[in-house]
Amino acid sequence: MTRPRFLRGFWKLSWVETKIFVREPMGFMGALVVPLVVFIVLGRVVGAAGPRAAPRLDMPFNPAIVAAVIIALGSVQSLVAIMAIYREGGILKRLRATPLSPVTILGAHVVVKLAFTVCSLGLLVLAGKRLFPGVMQVNVFSFTMAVLLGTLGILSLGFVIASLVPTARFAQPIGAVVLYPMLVVSGLFFPLRQLPTALRAVAYLLPTTHAVALLQGVWNGSGWGAHWVNAAALLALFLAYCALATRVFRWE
Amino acid sequence: MVPRDPIISVSHLAKRYGRTVAVDDVSLEVLEGEIFGLIGPNGAGKTTTMECVQGHRVPDQGTISVLGLDPRRDAGALRQRIGVQHQEAQLQKRIKVWEAVDLWGSLYSRVADADALLARLGLDGKRNAWFMTLSGGQKQRLFIALALIHEPDVVFLDELTTGLDPQARRAIWGLVTGIRDRGTTVFLTTHLMEEAERLCDRVAIIEHGRLIEVGTPDALVRKHCPQRAVVFTSDDADLAGRLQRLGAIERGEGREATHTIRGEGDDFVTEVIHHIAREGLRVRDFRTVVPTLEDVFLKLTGHGIRD
Repeated sequence: MTRPRFLRGFWKLSWVETKIFVREPMGFMGALVVPLVVFIVLGRVVGAAGPRAAPRLDMPFNPAIVAAVIIALGSVQSLVAIMAIYREGGILKRLRATPLSPVTILGAHVVVKLAFTVCSLGLLVLAGKRLFPGVMQVNVFSFTMAVLLGTLGILSLGFVIASLVPTARFAQPIGAVVLYPMLVVSGLFFPLRQLPTALRAVAYLLPTTHAVALLQGVWNGSGWGAHWVNAAALLALFLAYCALATRVFRWE
Repeated sequence: MVPRDPIISVSHLAKRYGRTVAVDDVSLEVLEGEIFGLIGPNGAGKTTTMECVQGHRVPDQGTISVLGLDPRRDAGALRQRIGVQHQEAQLQKRIKVWEAVDLWGSLYSRVADADALLARLGLDGKRNAWFMTLSGGQKQRLFIALALIHEPDVVFLDELTTGLDPQARRAIWGLVTGIRDRGTTVFLTTHLMEEAERLCDRVAIIEHGRLIEVGTPDALVRKHCPQRAVVFTSDDADLAGRLQRLGAIERGEGREATHTIRGEGDDFVTEVIHHIAREGLRVRDFRTVVPTLEDVFLKLTGHGIRD
């Protein structure tokens, strides 16, 4: 049986990268603990209307969705940083001398990031069910799938950034400068219709916008059917950004 | 000796970066089963030449054949058959030694026995160590393991011992000789002349992107620096007179009465010994000073390798 070239070393690399990620306490904690803390604190603040009152998870913004987006952005930043460190340290150069393809290397990191996204989301749902009972009515599976699709879309933009950042020193600031403004125009904090037309057009080219719309839809119960445009847009952006990333990818 | 076939052929290779000429019309052949060294100062074009041969850089001009394959067109097939050690390339900080070897092994169709390989390289006690905890010599030995895991026909070693202490360097030399003795062709670069002299069957001297000389270290020394010097210590008076047929004798400064006689050719040392014996001189110390590759380099380029 011949394996596709892409799969050569794919699962082994994914597993090794998972172990390496877990061995780094700061990154591991950042991926799992920070979004959880944000969710709990925001949930308390937003929902601090009364002692036993249900947190107002729909207004003015939804802590669960903020936390989910933070999980996704955290994954992207981590990916960008890892790629920059790997390039600067010559790890990519060393991998390049092997039969590994760049698609396999990026793909393995994506699998690791998505796996941790699911773990992080799982913690978030458990915390939500316990701390804000009666509010976390969302279909967990559907919400998870939406987060994964959103993360994938945002990750693909991360590939482009990761392919371009010159050194590890630039990875963090570039990530922050590009990613967080995306959040502002994503419709997470105020509706898109309040944006100027030009900015709104830009917003529709950003994966965060569609990810937020899809998450809000799933959360409100309107579901995938009503937001298939956003799901399709995320897929299309994923493909477009990946194609761009493979063109601009640099090994060293 | 049976004439061996070239396993790597490079002809008229040229590569420039912008307006800087990195490699200028380099032609060379690496023979099967030899340790071939590309030597020259930093920035001479060693790494660029090697990376073109590996297929990691696209030459501006020239043709390259490795194991009968074109490094660019047959990149996939070539990667299965060559092992590469890059200069200054690292690994993931927290990857364990066995994980790296295991991962690399999973990428090739033919794989060596990983345990035996690690044992041969003296890394069997470090199997579970993180990469970041290894010493410089251990890291280099791990890189050698990764370059050898698929039993390649040719292995490329770029500046393998740079930054290592002398003891670790000697250990690596022994390992590289072992690779050759097991039948793998070795193509290495170094800016250490001592390393080239000890290790390489043949060397090519490169400077400013141009190949200056190719040959065995011995042949290059004999060709370019045939001078020999005999240095000995003797308290005998009138030494200069009794040995005057050998030429000028330099009297060394310092407490010990050292004398230096210079000459050329393979018979020179024998001649000196013969004269000393015939004159019945009492000699307390006697050594010959033979030029090295470093002297050859100095003569050919007009400057030392570290200048």
